[in-house]
Amino acid sequence: MTSTSLVIARQENTGAGAQYVTVRIGPQLFGLPIEMVHEVFVPDHITRVPLSNPEIEGVLNLRGRIVTMINMRTMLGLAAHAENRRMAVGIEHHGESYGLMIDEVGEVLVLEPGRREANPTNLDAHWADIVTGVYRLKGQLMLVLDVDLALGRLNTARAA
Amino acid sequence: MDDLLREFLTETNESLDVADVELVKFEQDPNNAQILNNIFRLVHTIKGTCGFIGLSRLAALAHAAETLMDRFREGVPVTSEAVGLVLQTVDRIKELMAELEARGGSEPEGSDQDLIHLLEEMAAGAHKPPPTPVVVAPPPKATGTQISQLERELLPGEIPLDELDRIFRETPVDPPRGQAALPAPAKAAPPAPAPKPPAPAPVARKAADDEPKAPARGGDDHAGSVSSQSIRVNVGVLEHLMTMVSELVLTRNQLMEIARRQEDSEYKVPLQRLSNVTAELQEAVMRTRMQPIGNAWQKLPRIVRDLAQELGKQIELEQIGAETELDRQVLDQIKDPLTHMVRNSADHGLEMPEERRAAGKPEKGTIRLSAYHEGGHVIVEISDDGKGLDVARIKQKALDNGLATEAELARMSDGQVFRFIFAAGFSTAAKVTNVSGRGVGMDVVRSNIELIGGTVEVRSKQGFGSTFVIKIPLTLAIVPALIVEASGERFAVPQSAVIELVRVQPNSEHQVKRLKESPVLCLRDKLLPIVNLGRLLGMVQDGEENLDDLLIAVMQVGNQTFGVVVDAVSHTEEIVVKPMSTVLRQLPMVSGSTILGDGRVIMIVDPAGLAQVAASPEEERASDLAADAAARLRDQGATTSLLLFRAGSTDVKAVPLSLVTRLEELELDKVETVNGHPVIQYRGSLIPLVHVNDNVKRGTTGTQPMLIFSDEGRVMGLVVDEIVDIVEARLDMQLSSDAPEALGAAIIDGQATEILDVGHFLSIAFGDWFERNEEDDDFGKLLLVDDSLFYRNLIEPVLRGAGYEVTSCASGREALERLQSGIRFDAIVSDLDMPEMDGFQFARQVRAEPATAGVPIIALSSDRSSDSIERARQAGFTDYIAKFDRPGLIAALKEFAGTAHGEAA
Repeated sequence: MTSTSLVIARQENTGAGAQYVTVRIGPQLFGLPIEMVHEVFVPDHITRVPLSNPEIEGVLNLRGRIVTMINMRTMLGLAAHAENRRMAVGIEHHGESYGLMIDEVGEVLVLEPGRREANPTNLDAHWADIVTGVYRLKGQLMLVLDVDLALGRLNTARAA
Repeated sequence: MDDLLREFLTETNESLDVADVELVKFEQDPNNAQILNNIFRLVHTIKGTCGFIGLSRLAALAHAAETLMDRFREGVPVTSEAVGLVLQTVDRIKELMAELEARGGSEPEGSDQDLIHLLEEMAAGAHKPPPTPVVVAPPPKATGTQISQLERELLPGEIPLDELDRIFRETPVDPPRGQAALPAPAKAAPPAPAPKPPAPAPVARKAADDEPKAPARGGDDHAGSVSSQSIRVNVGVLEHLMTMVSELVLTRNQLMEIARRQEDSEYKVPLQRLSNVTAELQEAVMRTRMQPIGNAWQKLPRIVRDLAQELGKQIELEQIGAETELDRQVLDQIKDPLTHMVRNSADHGLEMPEERRAAGKPEKGTIRLSAYHEGGHVIVEISDDGKGLDVARIKQKALDNGLATEAELARMSDGQVFRFIFAAGFSTAAKVTNVSGRGVGMDVVRSNIELIGGTVEVRSKQGFGSTFVIKIPLTLAIVPALIVEASGERFAVPQSAVIELVRVQPNSEHQVKRLKESPVLCLRDKLLPIVNLGRLLGMVQDGEENLDDLLIAVMQVGNQTFGVVVDAVSHTEEIVVKPMSTVLRQLPMVSGSTILGDGRVIMIVDPAGLAQVAASPEEERASDLAADAAARLRDQGATTSLLLFRAGSTDVKAVPLSLVTRLEELELDKVETVNGHPVIQYRGSLIPLVHVNDNVKRGTTGTQPMLIFSDEGRVMGLVVDEIVDIVEARLDMQLSSDAPEALGAAIIDGQATEILDVGHFLSIAFGDWFERNEEDDDFGKLLLVDDSLFYRNLIEPVLRGAGYEVTSCASGREALERLQSGIRFDAIVSDLDMPEMDGFQFARQVRAEPATAGVPIIALSSDRSSDSIERARQAGFTDYIAKFDRPGLIAALKEFAGTAHGEAA
């Protein structure tokens, strides 16, 4: 396994704000609650899973654990990656390991919960399902991505 | 107190399970003092222990039951009610125990006075019959109504010391005795080690048992010497050990993979050693998880007894091979399916005593459970000697549920039909009882068993009972697998499902043929459906497949055998099964994943999933078949299935497929000669071989395709050069033929095709066979009316084969239109039972029309009642033939259509 991985250094929570790891998926900036994120790694040797949902990129071996990789671009209905450079955010969901494939990992932001605004009403319904709020940052908007909802949607998609 | 309590709970639960089994046996054999003593001691021990730990409610209950049992020991006759009452008490004790566990050790509030009162009453009542009122039994117990008072005295901590001492002394000794008297499942309660280990097996099992009884807590003196032979280990520890060993196996595999790539590595020898040690370790750990299957059966005698009472049936439960061991994880998984199947057998399988008597069977029905090992698998059979599965009813139900069409059903063997009972929501139980028949069940049973890589099949004979055969792997954690490649990805296929690997090349012994779109493998005496792994898994786009050079893994799931085309086979490896994440769990055809030696994750293919697809090729390529089906629908009724082949020349020849019994590969070196005619042994009898013409090649080695025709027990093989295809085509005879072997020629798929006369070859083979109509080059015209496409396809070729020109109609209305269009028919063959306009109406209308009033009409019906025949005669039918009576139909046509034709000519 050649994937490099770095564990996000968790800042001492000052208690003042919620911490988010920012990631870019396509043109959009998203924030993942830091407690969800276990690690960031470069995915390598992904095995395709036959007959699975299109969002499922495949599975890979990350230090002996089998991680299910999810292509966030597909999930958000964005065009597939043009370039090869890809990153993944490792998360745990009900004791299982998942990797969210994104374009770029940004920084860790501490944001005041009070500044979080509700989803605009005209937000794409597909997105509104898994986005639970918006922060106005300098020059751009950051959408709060709810990982549980996103993975839950995959489950219901299967059942349907 | 905590440890003591936990131990008490485990131990008592085991004792109660044994008591359950024993009581049921006791009820059947009330005079067996041995069994009675066993139960008595079990109950007594429970009472003693409860008193000791201070569980007064439990102690009081056990005491009352013990008192009643004591009456039996004194010789009071045993009644079913009394045993029922004791069983009820055992149930109550179980409830209390469960609550005890949930509450962390405190006894629930409440009173059991109701039960105790009943027990006492029973004891007192039972007490009367014997002439001398016995007032004996174990010293601390008194009789009659005093008991309850005495019981009060025996509250926590008040058990006399000598009594306690006795309990301790007895505890280790009981179970071996119990074991002797019990059927196999007795092992389920392997208690403290016996002074003399009975046999090596139980000792090993003891070590394996997750919950062997520890030596009695107070009685170290007695148990000290044997305590070293067995210890109680928490299941969690074993599970952890198993996980670690799995990881070790993985690492070993990785090292082996590296070593494979490096020649002459100095690591080779120690690595080999590591490999062996790992294998041994794996086996040893595996053994610690093994438990006798009897553990899963333990509750069954009680369930069957209760069922028997509830249903008013007499049922005997036989258990064979309860000592067969398998992994505890597997054991847990099959417990419920087994229970369900036994319930089913008791409820639906076995008949009521009166029915059994009427059928000449003993009133007491038998359910037999048996288990044995067979090559890495455990086979469990559940059989009953009841009424068996009702093929007709299952077919009807399958039809109602839309699981299959009439035509499909007609082609199925009984075995295939039985498989419908495992379909979801399929219950043929005429009435829903609270025992079973709710329409959920067998499908759940099947999916539970398939979940653990097992299979279930059913054999049945109407009137003689059914047998369910479950095949399950010994263990789930580590399985030997074949690593194959398909579409650039590697996959693991469980080795247990693979029978052999076959390479098909242009000159190899085995060949792949295409029947319509579906490729089949001719393997020795079998014709196997083939599926392409990469394509099934959606890894390749559909494209023309090259059938000349294939690698095929022949797999068997249940009684289904099929071929799976793969690109390459790499090696076999012990793989550690890793479950799929939740979002991937429902995938068809993939059952898990594993990490290979080189670190890559690969998917484990689910053989059962493949088998399902292989069994229904039509669904698989739904897209291109949809167009096909639509096309077929358009000119339905007018087409006939034809088998195309080449023989003696490059021209394509054809016979109606419905006349062909089977396609076989003729092994030329097995051909023998009798009276100068070639013959071959086929299914135990000699059948004549006929070559289509003199130009058909006659080799002496290899194989050649042959068509098997059979009728009325006579079977022949028609040797051809090559099978081309099976097509649905309009059988439109364009030219009649001078050649005796041909009926004529028709254009099929744009090509002139000679339609061969099967009758001709039959007469060559058997001489006397088929008296052909002298004038058969001059066809009689028939109108065939039947709403079922299946019957039309069945009958049409028969009629054509007999020398008639047939026009088929799907309804009476359509037939009338044809008649009115001015075409003259020599005879009409019509079904009676049709929607819209039935056969009777149709015949009346035909008769009412002057132009057609004289045409003979022959009725085809499966209803042979005289009432129906009379109605048909009144409606104007000329003759009445049973639907499957082909010779009868031909004879009738000869009589009526022949005359009509003669007059016309």
